[in-house]
Amino acid sequence: MIIKRLIVFTALFVIWLMCTWPFSPFDLQSFIAGLLAAGIVLMIFPSTPRGINSSKLSQPKRYIWAVVYVPVLVWHMIKANLDVLYRVVHPDLPIKPGIVKIKTSLNNPIARAILCNSITLTPGTLAIDIRGEDIYVHWIYIRKRSVKSHTEEIGGRFESILKKVFE
Amino acid sequence: MSYTLGIIIIGIGILFDIGGCIGLIRMPDVYNRLQSATKCVTMGTCCILLGIFIIEGINPSGLKALLAMIFVGLTSPTGAHSLARASYRYGVKLWKKSVGDEYSEICRQPEHPEWEQD
Repeated sequence: MIIKRLIVFTALFVIWLMCTWPFSPFDLQSFIAGLLAAGIVLMIFPSTPRGINSSKLSQPKRYIWAVVYVPVLVWHMIKANLDVLYRVVHPDLPIKPGIVKIKTSLNNPIARAILCNSITLTPGTLAIDIRGEDIYVHWIYIRKRSVKSHTEEIGGRFESILKKVFE
Repeated sequence: MSYTLGIIIIGIGILFDIGGCIGLIRMPDVYNRLQSATKCVTMGTCCILLGIFIIEGINPSGLKALLAMIFVGLTSPTGAHSLARASYRYGVKLWKKSVGDEYSEICRQPEHPEWEQD
């Protein structure tokens, strides 16, 4: 419990240092202000993020997969932007929107949050809500009509990597 | 050299941003507008900030641009999710030519049934 809080505290303080960089060596004011701010944030939000445990943090394989995840996401983001540009500029506005349900097999809350954010950034999809293991997704151009094919097309491309990172 | 590359990337970012703005006007309902706005504005803004980082190099303003990229990438999709969910629960209808809606029944059920007692 204490270790988890220390991790969060350190992360907050490092972000503060990056924001106030460069500091002169004798500039204690900004250091103390950063420590205070990080402490106050920890007091207001005492619940530490669930889903982090120390045995997982010490496995280097997970970090490698986390690094692999970034270019995959960026590639899908670029495709998403070209897709939106095509739909927006096309005179007939080729959209066929609707809300579909997909399944996720991830249990870790952080992995689920990252999966939903990635779904929002990929071509044509926008995650609206998550209930149990169902994610409700607004899709701009629905082609098929079954939960399984939707799951494969929307979530499958990230789920396998996220599983290797978090579970 | 890095200046030219930075300007090119900033230009691409502005192109994406313009696409997002046109989508905001042309799309028919809230959810489709959020789609185009979120995707294009996230990527466009990240491209502009990346261009600034390439021009500035590793110095205070360049690193702050990188930091801002991470925060934009994290917060923009979360904000879009929360706006879409709130407007659906408030009662904003889907566009009349929409193809399907699998969220309408589940939306009315309480999310935490154990909180509904008392």
